[in-house]
Amino acid sequence: MAAQLEKVFNVEAGAYTTAGEASTTIKRTLKQLGASREVLRRVSVACYEVELNLVIHSMGGTLTLLVDPEKVTLISKDVGPGIPDIDKAMTEGFSTANEEARTLGFGAGMGLPNMKRNATDFDIQSEVGVGTTITMTFALE
Amino acid sequence: MTVKELETLIGAKNMTPDAPGDTPVTCGYACDLLSWVMAHGAAGMAWITVQTHMNVIAVASLMEMAAVIVPEGVEMEEPTLEKARDEDITVLQTDKTAYEICAILSAHGLPGKKREG
Repeated sequence: MAAQLEKVFNVEAGAYTTAGEASTTIKRTLKQLGASREVLRRVSVACYEVELNLVIHSMGGTLTLLVDPEKVTLISKDVGPGIPDIDKAMTEGFSTANEEARTLGFGAGMGLPNMKRNATDFDIQSEVGVGTTITMTFALE
Repeated sequence: MTVKELETLIGAKNMTPDAPGDTPVTCGYACDLLSWVMAHGAAGMAWITVQTHMNVIAVASLMEMAAVIVPEGVEMEEPTLEKARDEDITVLQTDKTAYEICAILSAHGLPGKKREG
């Protein structure tokens, strides 16, 4: 994959029916660029989880895809509400998802751990009242 | 086993007949927690779930699954089926329970998902 690329997607809070559209477009884009199956799978899982988190937990935000010859980078940036305890949020099984999200089969507390497991590098920064930024990179080798 | 063979085996109604019937099915799985499926799903999987909303197809498509099976006569909403047709994901509907479907598939040699690590 020799391409350089940057794409930004808006993700609306509470938009459950369209959740996954950004991830599907991102997967399609990477497939067209010739990413391997393994990279596609790992990016797809992490991307869908982070997109779902924006829908379920945030007040809205953006998902940015960056591609360079060495890696794929995904940046999720929202405008709040922020995570009070990141260590707790990273614990498998812990979830603050609401009833609506749980009825749809989300809120198993696997989102953030799933992202960390699939990304080569995972970074999360959050401030209550300001927002959360998650940066994930995926090595192409 | 192909998607078409799977359909016949469990006596299912194919809700997306235009999706390719010769797609190979590699393993079977039953779960209604989408986050769990995102963590443990695999390409070529036949996934049994009573969830019928659009996100089911998003997960199936992202994981490159072969088919989604809706058990116990549960009806999948039309917008979800439309999305399945767009994404070429086969949706099979049957009156059998998830347990019965698993038993049939297992008896015909379809493995469960290979556990990682």
